[in-house]
Amino acid sequence: METQFPMKQILNEDGVVVNSEFENEMTESLTKELYIKMLRARMFDRKGVNLQRQGRIGTYVPFEGQEAAQVGSSLVLEEGDWMFPTYRDHAATLTYGHSARNLFLYWKGYPIGCVPPEGKNIFPPAVPIASQLLHATGTAWAEKMKGTDRGSIVYFGDGATSEGDFHEGLNFASVFNAPVVFFNQNNGFAISVPMEKQMKTKTIAQKAVAYDIPGVRIDGNDIFVVYFETKKAMEHARQGNGPTLIEAVTYRYGAHTTADDPSKYRDQEEAKRRRETTDPLLRLERYMANKGYFEEAWKTQVEEEITREIEQAVEDMEAFGPAEPTDMFTHVFQTPTWSVQDQLDGFKSRIKEEV
Amino acid sequence: MSTAVKTQKLTMVQAITDAMATMMREHDNVLVLGEDVGRNGGVFRATDGLQAEFGEKRVIDTPLAESGIIGTSIGLAMNGFRPIAEMQFFGFIYPAFNQIMTHASRIRSRTLGHFTVPMVIRAPFGAGVRAPEIHSDSVEALFTHMPGIKVVVPSNAYDAKGLLIASIEDSDPVLFLEPMRCYRSHKLEVPEEKYTVEIGKGARLQEGEDITLIAWGAMVDVVKKAAKEIEQAEGITCDVLDLRTLYPLDRDLISESVQKTGRGVIVHEAPGTGGVGNDVVSLINDTSFLHLRSPIKRVTGHDTPVPMFAIEDHYLPDAERVKQAIVDTVRF
Ligand SMILES: Cc1ncc(C[n+]2csc(CCOP(=O)(O)OP(=O)(O)O)c2C)c(N)n1
Repeated sequence: METQFPMKQILNEDGVVVNSEFENEMTESLTKELYIKMLRARMFDRKGVNLQRQGRIGTYVPFEGQEAAQVGSSLVLEEGDWMFPTYRDHAATLTYGHSARNLFLYWKGYPIGCVPPEGKNIFPPAVPIASQLLHATGTAWAEKMKGTDRGSIVYFGDGATSEGDFHEGLNFASVFNAPVVFFNQNNGFAISVPMEKQMKTKTIAQKAVAYDIPGVRIDGNDIFVVYFETKKAMEHARQGNGPTLIEAVTYRYGAHTTADDPSKYRDQEEAKRRRETTDPLLRLERYMANKGYFEEAWKTQVEEEITREIEQAVEDMEAFGPAEPTDMFTHVFQTPTWSVQDQLDGFKSRIKEEV
Repeated sequence: MSTAVKTQKLTMVQAITDAMATMMREHDNVLVLGEDVGRNGGVFRATDGLQAEFGEKRVIDTPLAESGIIGTSIGLAMNGFRPIAEMQFFGFIYPAFNQIMTHASRIRSRTLGHFTVPMVIRAPFGAGVRAPEIHSDSVEALFTHMPGIKVVVPSNAYDAKGLLIASIEDSDPVLFLEPMRCYRSHKLEVPEEKYTVEIGKGARLQEGEDITLIAWGAMVDVVKKAAKEIEQAEGITCDVLDLRTLYPLDRDLISESVQKTGRGVIVHEAPGTGGVGNDVVSLINDTSFLHLRSPIKRVTGHDTPVPMFAIEDHYLPDAERVKQAIVDTVRF
């Protein structure tokens, strides 16, 4: 089976092009855009970890190492498409247009962190594993029935493929030919459980066979292959040809969350080695240098701009003021039931007494 | 002359580990399974060290699938094993709800006792630890409403070990809910040997005359604090009950106490509507109506999803709300 799903690559670890299928489209401006978006995601992520360490936000879920998978796949979306991230997919949501401020507010425990910018169909991070695959199928199915050419992309990990909802999502999408891209980030671990203990199959892409949909296995640290293969899958969907399952093989350097200790179950040396070998940013830097358009001065300037943007987002997060406790009551139903209304009234009068 | 019992000072989560280890040493058919319970020792370390002692065949890292974990545990339990299945958080039990509702809870009755399901489902639960969304759900009432499954909630280390051992020995399915807020909040002397705390029996933590306070899990500490403060401030003395088991309720303890005090306040963090507190009120009506001097009050979470942690303290009952309810009830 594994041999039927070879891992596709465009750039190898040294930043050398090994597949020229898309070479014409690999322009300098696209390359630089991909690089900037990945750098931005990485800097956002590092800020998130630091904010947690300083106690300025709660538990945070880092993704460093997975930038290519998330940025490359989300950059193919168009206005009106639907995105269903997990808790780990800030690079994807940020790239599609979520505000960095709201992403930080989410991890500060603020409900407003779940609210996407106007016009962007970004769902709140799915917390129960795999549950979002069905929503992606449903929204895509709705677009198909409405006769649009929009679609959905849904993110999930290797662990998620064990849940019933994964199989139900793929099956529904296949039966109803829904325009959805199932984008798996296979980072090798579901918390402490390595892929070999999660499933007997050597690839995730091969699971597509059971649903008679295309299954594609790609190097998830190669931003070009991620971008072009996701674009292909999305176009396939837009043209009415149904879903695709993409397995992006990637790697996360750090802990599952800031509350987790990976040294209990993962080789820490491996993470160090990976920074030199498979790192998605380093790989693109090498490619750009080979092409003659990677300059440190340019990188420094980009970094400075991103730093300003992220510092501003942190400032906005911290200037946001206390979260509004009455939000808890006022958004349960369109019109509160008497029980919720009574509880809200009681809550307000208690607050008044305390003042 | 009594022989001294050897004890050790344990947190609640350590007592839970100790209960599993005690039973696994004694019985080869006791298994632990769930997500990250093996090598990682569980995300709360509740199974720490068990895989090292008992091996990968008895402490099993499963694929990430709650319906799978519970459904296969039902089969294991029907066929000679005593599985202890861990749900990583109670809020992630929903995919397994179908298996528990449609099978675990009724295989005995469907087969007139021919097949039984002696299994334990452990799950950390409750708010107040700044966990992300959904992790903090407190939906015990979904399961007390489910005929055929017992629901147990310890609030301290001693009870946790004794109740968990009793749950593993029980020949029916038991849902064992572990309040996250109590995992490491205090230590108690816990016997090193095997002992049980009977399922279905609550505990009276404090004697009082004016009112009965009833709670479970993390709310026990809130109620104890309120009782102490109200005695100092108003001279009101409280009988404080920790129910420990939510199904079946300790009818004798509840009615005996309420008949003495004539008043009651029930405190739980789950939403009020459809909450277990309503069953307690109903039980009191059935057994003790003519002893009542005022209506039984409830202090509960709201009929809202447990909010994200920036506002979760506004969701949870606190000692102030409990004291207000006590005063309202006593001055009725
Ligand atoms: C239904 C459900 N069960 C358990 C959990 C707890 N949990 C959170 S993340 C995680 C592992 C997920 O692994 P994977 O799908 O590979 O994604 P990754 O975190 O590696 O990106 C688990 C078990 C959950 N969130 N939802």
